[in-house]
Amino acid sequence: MSAFQIKEVPEEYDVVIVGSGAGGGMSAKVLTEAGAKVLMLEAGPHFDSSKGDMFKWNYSSPRRGAGTKERAFGEFDAAFGGWELEGEPYTRTKGTEFDWFRSRMLGGRTNHWGRISLRFGPNDFKRKSIDGLGDDWPISYDDIKPYYDKVDDLVGVFGSKEGIYNEPDGNFLPAPKPRGYELLVKKACDEIKIPVIPSRLSILTQPHNGRAACHYCSQCNRGCSTHSNFSSPSVLIGPALATGNLTILNGAMAREVTTDKEGKATGVSYVNKADGLDYHVKAKIVILAASACESGRLMMNSKSTVHENGLSNSSGVLGRYITDSTGASRSAIIPALLDGIPHNEDGVGGMHVYTPWWLDNKKLDFARGYHIEIWGGRHMPGYGYMWGVENSNKHLKSPDGTARPSGGGYGAQLKQDARTLYGATVGFSGRGESIARYDNYCEIDPNVVDKWGIPVLRFNYTWSDHEIKQVKHMQDTFEEILTNMGGIFTGAKPGPESNYGIAAPGRIIHEVGATRMGNDPKSSVVNAYCQAHEAKNVFVCDGGPFVSQADKNPTWTILALSWRTCDYIIDQMKQQNL
Amino acid sequence: MEPISRRDSLKYITLASLSAGALIACEPGKEGEMTGHEHPTDMPEGYANLTPEVMEMLNQKFFTDEEREMVRVLANQVIPADDKSGSAEDANVTAFIEFTLVDRENMQTPIRGGLRWMNLESTKRFGKSFTAISEGEQKQILDDIAYPQTASPAYSQGVAFFSTFRSLVLTGFYSSKLGVEDLQYMGNRPTVWNGAPQEWLDRLGVSYDS
Repeated sequence: MSAFQIKEVPEEYDVVIVGSGAGGGMSAKVLTEAGAKVLMLEAGPHFDSSKGDMFKWNYSSPRRGAGTKERAFGEFDAAFGGWELEGEPYTRTKGTEFDWFRSRMLGGRTNHWGRISLRFGPNDFKRKSIDGLGDDWPISYDDIKPYYDKVDDLVGVFGSKEGIYNEPDGNFLPAPKPRGYELLVKKACDEIKIPVIPSRLSILTQPHNGRAACHYCSQCNRGCSTHSNFSSPSVLIGPALATGNLTILNGAMAREVTTDKEGKATGVSYVNKADGLDYHVKAKIVILAASACESGRLMMNSKSTVHENGLSNSSGVLGRYITDSTGASRSAIIPALLDGIPHNEDGVGGMHVYTPWWLDNKKLDFARGYHIEIWGGRHMPGYGYMWGVENSNKHLKSPDGTARPSGGGYGAQLKQDARTLYGATVGFSGRGESIARYDNYCEIDPNVVDKWGIPVLRFNYTWSDHEIKQVKHMQDTFEEILTNMGGIFTGAKPGPESNYGIAAPGRIIHEVGATRMGNDPKSSVVNAYCQAHEAKNVFVCDGGPFVSQADKNPTWTILALSWRTCDYIIDQMKQQNL
Repeated sequence: MEPISRRDSLKYITLASLSAGALIACEPGKEGEMTGHEHPTDMPEGYANLTPEVMEMLNQKFFTDEEREMVRVLANQVIPADDKSGSAEDANVTAFIEFTLVDRENMQTPIRGGLRWMNLESTKRFGKSFTAISEGEQKQILDDIAYPQTASPAYSQGVAFFSTFRSLVLTGFYSSKLGVEDLQYMGNRPTVWNGAPQEWLDRLGVSYDS
């Protein structure tokens, strides 16, 4: 065995970006278009969604579309990654939970997400001022609004102008009409004063910036071969490459950010998975966009005499205040939808309508809110379809009109039941804000390394009463709506024994925090421009800088913040401050 | 980059040829590129783009010949042919179940053991294995295990087996081409979404005007 060494990459770059998802892609686009020479390190392989599995029938595989270890969301899903990766462990402190989803591919998680593209509202930046919990952001909605506008215009998002204060309208493309069952949900919700409005998804309902309009196959999660939805490779990395200023290194697992005697970053060291060797590349600026906890891990692992406690971590705040969205679901058979009229209701890849948070917390026993995602319809049948039918068809009438003593059965009647039940289930998933707390954190496990010898994260995460009560409220709401629709519940309502069915933290894959922003270096890792307090040429362009979560998916805010950060970098470079 | 018209985009999709050419053409080295699947040439009929790993699994046998025959018979009891569509056998459900058991080890013992339970029950009642008794006799056993909410506790193991088996048959049948057509799923193709049909809206008592 030859002596271990770290090879120095001969080229020096203006910027090294770690990660290629929403934040990394946006950084690459903005900075290469400004003329910077950029190297992007991506731990996974190249991916081009035009070569994905769109339009494959589930029956073209004997797995019928079922999930696999490598593709947790189904064998045709574009997401390569999961909660468990071979050779890349993480640990949890006893008595706490956290499931950490990691994507390993060009574009990261933007390849498979639901394209739910919600702006944070004015209140979402100052929650402490409203309810005394957590902290306010050092920036306001007005600071980020111009960037939300620019993201809307660049990427394309459909929606409707609603004028709801904390659900700011964007520059929307026309929203698709609701599906039949979605109108039924809206009708039921109207009666009990729960709003149902057009979704806001980054899927093109008109040609936009050279990309084709959606063709309504509903398979966004498989990767769109016409690039009609948003993913980082489709919308950001393509144009960045076109400048000639971007180099992408796939299979590069970042190990640490190297620093000089003053504590400034000098570059990044990484493992090249192709040859298994360690390399170091020099850069004037380092952008971490590896996902909130992965960027946090990188900074914790970047120790030096100046950064004894990890990069920009003399405060000890690095890794703290992580939050994932709360999540819970419920579904029911809707009698009005039984024996439906066959029609193609694929639509866009996701719901055409949703419920934004609509209540006043002053009248509730928990803080913060949630939005409701609505699902149902006549989908392409795949693995799992009709599983456990005995719990569904017991609610159907016998041919003579009487109630059935039992579900299940076999033969001709069962076959007719399958036709009757197809497309008749409607479900709701709540996605809520959890409160960022000092006590929810990730740290370096002192005893465990991954297969490249990189120390791994240990998670410490618990839900508080606020989250549990919020999810209880979700369950009450779902039951109220479904009951109002005449719904027949096929499963029991989750109660206190299961904390009302709250998903384990990390399962909603909205984790943010870990490198939070703030004006005070004693209580934050980066400043209001996502610049490390203690290493001014290091920036974080993922969900890490979020001070709080909001009851919204984080991607649109990651995109807007990254753009804003890169504009700041360009300005500071011009002023020769970096 | 020139905008791609909607009509062009649909045309390209049907040719399955539209790629991100203009966007991604200038990508650097193709090493390690992920294309989703490799393409072996000797693909079994009805399948497309299977990985070598899946091809290998398809060739693995889990059932004995006797077990496979029993699965065939039992699956046809669950999904017989009717005036609208074919049987479980017509949709190759036995092969689907065998693949699934190779793919999911945790289901192997419940199914293998359950088939054995069925044979013992059949032998106790009729002195012959399940495939050797008449259809009417088979149904006598099925009637005791196919209705979980009313079944006698004496048959609980048979009930548990048959619920899992029925799920496998149903999911295998309805995810097949035959089953998809039976359910009249009409998507998985490029289209223009312009709302649900009026007939459906009328039946639901909803409209786009309100």
